[in-house]
Amino acid sequence: MDETIRLTVDGAERTVEVDTRTTLLDALRERLEVTAPKKGCDHGQCGSCTVLLNGRRHLTCLALAVAHDGAEITTADGLAGGGPSADRLHPVQQAFLDHDGYQCGYCTPGQVCSAVGVLDEVKNGHPSHVTADLEGDPDLTDDEIRERMSGNLCRCGAYPGILAAVRQAAGA
Amino acid sequence: MSVEQQTTPVRVRSIGTHLDRVDGVAKVTGRAPYAVEHGEADGVVDPLHLWLVQSTVAKGVVVDVDTESARDHPGVIAVLDHASAPRLAESDDGELAILQEPTVHFRGQIVALVLAETSEAAREGAALVNVSYDVEPHEAELREDNASYRPDSVNPDMETDTEEGDVDAAIAAADIVVEQTYRTAYEHNNPLEPHATVAWWDEEDGREILSMFDSSQGVHGVAQTLAPMLGLEVDQVRVRAPYVGGGFGSKGEAHAHVMATALAARTVRGRPVKLAVTRQQMFALTGYRTATISHVRLGAGADGRLAAIEHRVQEQSSALKEYAEQTASPTRMMYAAPHRRTSHRLALLDVAVPSWMRAPGEMPGMFAHEVAMDELAVECGLDPIELRIRNEPELDPETKKPFNNRRLLDCFRRGAERFGWSSRPAHARATQDGDWWVGTGVASATYPAMRMPGNAARVRSLGAGRYAVAIGSVDIGTGARTVLTQIAADALGVEPGAIDLAIADTRLPPASVAGGSSGTSSWGSAVVAAAQRFRADHGEHPDPGVETTASAADDPQADELAFHSFGSVFAEARVHRWTGEIRVPRLLGVYSVGRVINPTTARSQFIGGLVMGLSAGLFEESYRDARFGHMVTQDLASYHVASHADVLDIDAEWLEESDEVFTPMGSRGIGEIGIVGTAAAVANATYHATGMRVRSIPITPDRFLES
Amino acid sequence: MRTLEYLRPATPADAVRAVAEHPGARYLGGGTNLVDHLKLGIAAPELLVDVSRLPLDEVETYDDGSGAGLRVGANVRNSDLAAHPLVRSELPLVARALLAGASGQIRNQATTGGNLLQRTRCVYFQDPTTPCNKREPGSGCSAIEGYGRYNAILGASPDCVATHPSDLAVALVALDTTVVVLGADGERRVPLEELHRLPADDPSRDTRLAPEDLVTAVEIPLAGATKLSTYRKVRDRASYAFALVSVAAALHLTEGIVTDVRIAWGGVAHVPWRARRAEAALIGHALTEQAIREAVGDELRHAETSEQNAYKPPMLRRTTAHTLLQLAAQSREESR
Repeated sequence: MDETIRLTVDGAERTVEVDTRTTLLDALRERLEVTAPKKGCDHGQCGSCTVLLNGRRHLTCLALAVAHDGAEITTADGLAGGGPSADRLHPVQQAFLDHDGYQCGYCTPGQVCSAVGVLDEVKNGHPSHVTADLEGDPDLTDDEIRERMSGNLCRCGAYPGILAAVRQAAGA
Repeated sequence: MSVEQQTTPVRVRSIGTHLDRVDGVAKVTGRAPYAVEHGEADGVVDPLHLWLVQSTVAKGVVVDVDTESARDHPGVIAVLDHASAPRLAESDDGELAILQEPTVHFRGQIVALVLAETSEAAREGAALVNVSYDVEPHEAELREDNASYRPDSVNPDMETDTEEGDVDAAIAAADIVVEQTYRTAYEHNNPLEPHATVAWWDEEDGREILSMFDSSQGVHGVAQTLAPMLGLEVDQVRVRAPYVGGGFGSKGEAHAHVMATALAARTVRGRPVKLAVTRQQMFALTGYRTATISHVRLGAGADGRLAAIEHRVQEQSSALKEYAEQTASPTRMMYAAPHRRTSHRLALLDVAVPSWMRAPGEMPGMFAHEVAMDELAVECGLDPIELRIRNEPELDPETKKPFNNRRLLDCFRRGAERFGWSSRPAHARATQDGDWWVGTGVASATYPAMRMPGNAARVRSLGAGRYAVAIGSVDIGTGARTVLTQIAADALGVEPGAIDLAIADTRLPPASVAGGSSGTSSWGSAVVAAAQRFRADHGEHPDPGVETTASAADDPQADELAFHSFGSVFAEARVHRWTGEIRVPRLLGVYSVGRVINPTTARSQFIGGLVMGLSAGLFEESYRDARFGHMVTQDLASYHVASHADVLDIDAEWLEESDEVFTPMGSRGIGEIGIVGTAAAVANATYHATGMRVRSIPITPDRFLES
Repeated sequence: MRTLEYLRPATPADAVRAVAEHPGARYLGGGTNLVDHLKLGIAAPELLVDVSRLPLDEVETYDDGSGAGLRVGANVRNSDLAAHPLVRSELPLVARALLAGASGQIRNQATTGGNLLQRTRCVYFQDPTTPCNKREPGSGCSAIEGYGRYNAILGASPDCVATHPSDLAVALVALDTTVVVLGADGERRVPLEELHRLPADDPSRDTRLAPEDLVTAVEIPLAGATKLSTYRKVRDRASYAFALVSVAAALHLTEGIVTDVRIAWGGVAHVPWRARRAEAALIGHALTEQAIREAVGDELRHAETSEQNAYKPPMLRRTTAHTLLQLAAQSREESR
């Protein structure tokens, strides 16, 4: 059962024919050759496929493409604004470089997108599991960063570098 | 044409300093292409998608593979089974010789393959293949009463048993005896990038060529393994792995899915075939660490000096293909004691094939040994660091050779200073902070220094002071691409920016696997050999285009010394007095590993090892349901690895030193030692916090609930 | 994953009609549970009726005569609900339960209605190669003699020992929440406590809803003990893990005596378990550790455990005591 959907991916309008079974992740990776979102588990258990969808961090593996017709998607690639030069990196990406917040790099695009989402959520005053005062505006402490980034597993164990990177980006 | 070159120590300039990962931008933008992400630019045009059909019985014979509804599914191109798959030229390797016969050796074995135009169709096609079996009784449980098979050797080629002196007499005469059994769980490597391969067959100069992008820790090894089985010369198989999303041993050797992709692609000549192994499938097909049962006896004088060490290991392997984890190997060289005995016994089960996982042997073995040492320290009323000081050997207890650079005690001294060890209460269950019991623990770490044979590198002048350096090694996230750039720069006496490094392709000079913490030592030595030979042959101002390929000769001194790295691990654990929850607010490793090439990537490697050790200590367990024969915790929701919230203040440092006997760079290897001893340090800290001794990992909250 | 048709109805009534008319149809909300099940082969609907864009995303106060409350549309995302000012100030246990669940990304996707209707994480339910009465009625329960660490201890049956995985449901059931359901015969209100059912001899049914019943909202009373409340989840990992056990609790003390208390447990049963017996035992008494342990013991009098989940009763006793005592301390702090 094929359907044609439209997506805005990293600023570009894309039309793609998908099977009604196709996930957003597979639509991106296999049909649009957008491979910055990674497939680590395909079941919402690792965070590697995280993108910003209509501005919020979102897993693409647990989303059917057909249900997201019209969505605006930003991947890690799009955050960098295109082109291979390092000077156009998003501040979060630069911070990951500065603090070696990765090793193999496979979870990294998802971590980067998630971090961008976290900073936005904190700016909007969203609490987290470790926020002591639910009614106040949360401070982005180390424990807050750790908890909020916990939906992105890193098997290389680069968490201390990721923490430092998010801390730096938050201050930027 | 490769020559062997005796290397001399490199004059370091970039080595030992920070250099940004040369592939960093590619990784943080998501532009770095991993195996199945290669597209038309790399020759992967109009690929087919492959899906694996796995056996749902643990032992038996396939009697029928009904493919009709699968073939009818829109998009499905073909279904291959043991009758229709291409024949192999060699089938001795039971794990890799898939679809050659109807026998089922373990639950989850590949019994059919589905090729389709889309991954959705391939997945559904696989679900529609109906396989029927003659089922036979199976055995899938490791027990003390069935692990009695004595392997000829243990991984990689070590003695199965060792014995020296009279252990039983020494234990009988000892003032203090610790006799306990320690257990470690089945663990799966679970790199974040699942195993994945894209393969296609075509012709080059009239010869069949199999080309692959494979998520592998060693491309040459994959080609060498596959070629004879497929009836090809090694140079007819080209394997590339420019980016690999972690491996931790599970991508060290080709597993069955690689062969599946090669076979499927052979049937659709001309079209590439992509296989992305699912996370669930990884729990059956891509290796794992066996569970271990360690029976440890330590006999000591009242002063804590060991008279006897015994470590008898029971573990399991697959009846299909033997792999014996060398769990007792570190016990053989760790501490002085005149009477010593180690052994390994296996249960050969109808289960998936185990394989390498970060620090095979050392990781589970040192958990047992180092918790036992902690128990001995308690029994002797000694500080656990003092106990280790008293048992420091003069020579390698196993080989009786001098250690080239054993600085275990320096690691403890430095760690104790930084961790604030001197203020530690002597007794367990002495500190409470709010609702948390607080304690600290230590453990030793060790890992052998290894240099692998079969490496060569090529240096070519590009003119204008630039050099192309090539070796087929793989960067699985270790930073190899970056540190080899630094090594090449220093060996040639140029800036790192003057090096164009090519790696991860079997068409480049051969490289050994990224495993055994041997990569940088093995490849780096070859790069140094090639650079030094290049300079000898072509001087400081070479013409563009001239090149040299060389391998490094062994150091003649190497045979006379025992090469090992050492470390100390310090942990603080907190155990919630109501719920039993465990947190590790501080974890510190101090290591002696020779010279560190790049402090940034090295720190990440050590910390990564510590995190994985912490993860093993607190979370990781694959639960095999013996009735079915497979792991039923087969995803990342039920097999927990450490999340960000679990990793608090973790750091690593190292001693300033250089080991130029071992490599011309002075380095010894760092990839694995971080995981060694870490779970023991955490376990010892939870004991110190609560007074409750846990002798198996993972250590979970339910262990600390008092009635 | 079977081929399937996809429909995006314009109104809730259209959605209900579509599912009613098409056996084998399923609602698609945030997708975080259903897409998982499609891939695993647990769910194989012929038609997906996408309700995720229906205008069911309001959070508003109401007063139905019996008291004030908060009505939450079924499509309100978990993260938005947790961040809602009224939830944070008046219903901290709801915010805490939401924030203890899943991950930031999943909370951005998962809906209020879907959260309540998520299915068990029992590893055998998730693995179509093993018997499971919930997935395949009559095939047997693999969990009873298998991997049992997460198995139920209350209300289980010889056919199923699965636990309900939702955190939110535990908090809401403690608050006497009502579920607004649109069915073939129109709208009706169902107490959340009666929405889920024990497995008995038909574990395939998680709830008392008909296939076409569409949860459109939940109504949470803002009466009684809600403000002094919390949700305590014990899990192996510090984050991003399902509960070993969890406790939703709300407390009102008058001069040291319990005048209102709500206790609900997660990770113990096929339903979010409202511990009404324990509540009743505590009302009118001073809140001591001993009193709580006895009350919990009373609630657990029919608990059945096996080797692998034998830890749950003591963990539940201790966690409930700790949680209530902390609320009591907080109460004293605030009245000071």
